[in-house]
Amino acid sequence: MLLPVLGAVLVSTLPKAKELLAKQMAFATTLVVAVAGIAMATQFQRDNVDLQFVESHSWIPTFGINYALGIDGIALVLILLSVLLAPIVVLAGWNEAVGGRWSVKSFYVLMLILETMMIGVFAANDVFLFYVFFEAMLVPVYFLIGGYGSGARAAAAVKFLLYSLFGGLLMLASIIALYVISGEQGGHTFDISALAQLRLSSTTENLLFLGFFIAFAIKAPLWPFHTWLPDAADAATPGTSVLLLGVLDKVGTFGMIRYCLELFPHASKTFTPVIIVLAVISIIYGAFLAIGQKDFKRLIAFTSISHFGFITLGIFAMTSQGHSGATLYMFNHGFSTAALFLIAGWMSSRRGSSKIADFGGLQRVTPIMAWAFFFAGMSSLALPGLSSFVSEFLVLVGTYTRYPVAAVIAAFGIVLAALYILLPIQRALHGPTTDGNESLTDLNLREKIAIAPVLAVILVLGFYPSPLLNVINPAAAHSIAKAGFTDPLSSIDSKGATK
Amino acid sequence: MIAFVAPSLSYSLLAPILIVLGGAVLTVIFEAFLSKAIRPIAQLSVTLGTLVLALGQVWRIRHESSMTAAMGSVAIDGPAILLQASVLILAVLGVFLIADHDHFTVVAATLPGSEEELASIRSGEKLTEVYPLTLFAVAGMMLFPIATDLITLFVALEMLSLPLYLMAGLSRRRRLMSQEAALKYFLLGAFSSAFFLFGAAFLYGFSGSVSLAGIFEAVSGGTGNSVFLLIGIIFLSVGLLFKVGAVPFHAWTPDVYQGAPTPVTAFMAAATKVAAFGAILRIFYTSFANAYWDWRPILTVIAIITMVFGSLVAISQRDIKRMLAYSSIAHAGFLLSGVIALNKAGLNASIFYLFAYGIATLGAFAVVTLVRDSAGEVTDLNRWAGLGKRSPFIATVFATFLLAFAGIPLTSGFIGKFSIFSAAYESGNKLIVVVGVLSSAIAAYFYIRVIVLMFFTDLAEDGTSVIIPSILTRATIVLTFAITIFLGVFPAPFLNFISSTAIFIR
Repeated sequence: MLLPVLGAVLVSTLPKAKELLAKQMAFATTLVVAVAGIAMATQFQRDNVDLQFVESHSWIPTFGINYALGIDGIALVLILLSVLLAPIVVLAGWNEAVGGRWSVKSFYVLMLILETMMIGVFAANDVFLFYVFFEAMLVPVYFLIGGYGSGARAAAAVKFLLYSLFGGLLMLASIIALYVISGEQGGHTFDISALAQLRLSSTTENLLFLGFFIAFAIKAPLWPFHTWLPDAADAATPGTSVLLLGVLDKVGTFGMIRYCLELFPHASKTFTPVIIVLAVISIIYGAFLAIGQKDFKRLIAFTSISHFGFITLGIFAMTSQGHSGATLYMFNHGFSTAALFLIAGWMSSRRGSSKIADFGGLQRVTPIMAWAFFFAGMSSLALPGLSSFVSEFLVLVGTYTRYPVAAVIAAFGIVLAALYILLPIQRALHGPTTDGNESLTDLNLREKIAIAPVLAVILVLGFYPSPLLNVINPAAAHSIAKAGFTDPLSSIDSKGATK
Repeated sequence: MIAFVAPSLSYSLLAPILIVLGGAVLTVIFEAFLSKAIRPIAQLSVTLGTLVLALGQVWRIRHESSMTAAMGSVAIDGPAILLQASVLILAVLGVFLIADHDHFTVVAATLPGSEEELASIRSGEKLTEVYPLTLFAVAGMMLFPIATDLITLFVALEMLSLPLYLMAGLSRRRRLMSQEAALKYFLLGAFSSAFFLFGAAFLYGFSGSVSLAGIFEAVSGGTGNSVFLLIGIIFLSVGLLFKVGAVPFHAWTPDVYQGAPTPVTAFMAAATKVAAFGAILRIFYTSFANAYWDWRPILTVIAIITMVFGSLVAISQRDIKRMLAYSSIAHAGFLLSGVIALNKAGLNASIFYLFAYGIATLGAFAVVTLVRDSAGEVTDLNRWAGLGKRSPFIATVFATFLLAFAGIPLTSGFIGKFSIFSAAYESGNKLIVVVGVLSSAIAAYFYIRVIVLMFFTDLAEDGTSVIIPSILTRATIVLTFAITIFLGVFPAPFLNFISSTAIFIR
């Protein structure tokens, strides 16, 4: 897991002039990490619901803080997502660091540091360690957006950082409270499973839950905490956006499962109705705003808000299908957003604009790019046969068994999705080729290599999601059980519903 | 006739302070008798030698514990040793900065803008009076947190303050501002000393004793007029809170931080805070511990106002030194929450925070000394724009200090903030934790704004440049940077050391 650090150090020692070498080295590192990640996944015992690959070292014994790592099925899936997307992002954005404020080298150093922290944040098994990664992660992202983005990049970076810091500090207050309460009840600790055993009064539990939840809701981002996202996604380079929306924001939804539900099951139950409402609002609101966007990057950002609404809905439906669906959704959304952002990034760097109105008839000029975008768009609107469909279906089924009304309203989100994806596709890809688009070039080999695995994953998981679901389902069922819930309709076997 | 008893002093335990005082006297003699040519180097080496020697002595007595080192007037215990060591380390790093003579006027007595001033600058001589002043101030700072009776406390307070008043007025450039700062500092400082004395008198009236232990017994015994106790606590606190710059006794802070020569600001901001908070901790943890019902609400309100005011006003500052001054006010508020906690964790956390904050402050001001144009230091924030482009290393280091102030993980500031807030929470004071966390969020805004200026704003072509630092300044920057990161990543040994030694004796 420490591989990317090594890579970052190596890259940082390179001289500035050797840009190519820095890129190659960064790519090699992410590739090695990806292979290591896959190797780890194959050794993962999927029916074992305990944490695996556990390691623990004492870090700050005075406060009972350990450097403790360990993953369950949900964390494994997200780590896989991070390590798989990283090399793709590096390859796809081969030239995006050029023209930034600083050297190309620093771009890749930041990128690799970010990758390390993403793995760390999913693997952390100690609340303090999690917080350290959670907050420290902001710094590289901040510099990636502010230093290499476009447009109002500095403002967007600051907005991103301030929102996240604010949420993080609320979480810190909750963490401090947990730490002190654990001290009162037999010894300071930050171990998640030990903290889950604490006896909390219901007021305390509710307040602490809110501290964590708001931090995650900002990160995820859930309506009404979402306003930083479109700006950040608009300003960041496509690669950074992929990591930001694809992986980083998943920390929020992951945190809801891992921390909110596990540490504060009763408070989760109390707040569920509110959160379900927020999630449904996010779905519909994100979709409506997406329809109105004139810019590809902002469009994708708003679709993500809608999608994060689905994920949150799945989590707080408190059913095992909902959880499995939400986790799978996180993975799939990572890939479909990656595809959309990368292709939109290539389109706009060729055209010099990301306004939807500036494109037209790309189908004739750049057929491959257009088809790839079309494909990614279909995945985003959850066309059956593509991966998102499975997860969206699972979330809706899981929600329906407990909250039928919410599920029905959320289903309208899918209809709106068809609108917000198909309208821009029609404008940009089809029809006669408009001025300024005649001489655009199609994807080159490097870009094809980068995008192919993404599209392949989307397609394969659409037809055959069981390898991932087999890993996710036991963990999801376990987390539901730990939070003290049972599925309302036990007749639907969680595996049966997936086929 | 009263029989005179010769005081019995434990020279071994008092050695650190005595060495510093001896060094100070030696530098005064050098000032009078050495030729101007060799004076700067001689003074510098004596000063540094003294400080290092004293630090060695502190290390030697690190496990000692005694109330009777000087007839019950000072306590040598864990916190005393940790605080003395912190002051000395900060002083060494501060002297590294002070050694850059370019910041100081040559003859402080000349009128600003006069012919004599020009002549003195042309002569190429260097001001060396600053070394004895520094050493006397250091001695005062070492005495302040270990003093256990009100008279010694007052002597120490004056001993550390008087040299600082002078040092604040020694700036070479913008001398009027510097002298104004010195005068302001002196006048307000004199007022606060008067308050301190007034409070001490009331406490004597209450308890019939000037020793902290005597006051403690009077408080526990419940005898005595509690109105006197209350008035005494309030006035004594005013004197102490003035030194740390807590709202509403902060008015001097921005002006003095801005006007004083930056190396002096660095030394003062870091070391005075350690000394003054050391004394506050000792007084409130030992003497007034059982009267917490009386002072806790007041201090809580002051801490809250201080945190919020410092963070809010810092946002509107356009000058880097003034911004750091307001940030120091906000940090005084955070530190006060450690005092209010009144538990072992609060003491440990405060000591850690003081050291971590002092180091980061020194480093930050050290960077400020480097950014100059032809007329001296550039402290206008707008002209720091694009610093990251011009000198990435310095800008990165400065950004690290700012992130440490903001309490971002993997820097010392985060561990400090975490430990101090958890101590406050442990004492049941949840309000202060919430306010502290929220004002940290506000504070983060202006720290980040500086980072934005340095990294994300285009270069200002107005002659601002980063000078090549001298070896000593470079050492300060590198060391403070390394310590800030180290305490953020591997704080365990340091925290263990603090928690195993930091126990007040009465």
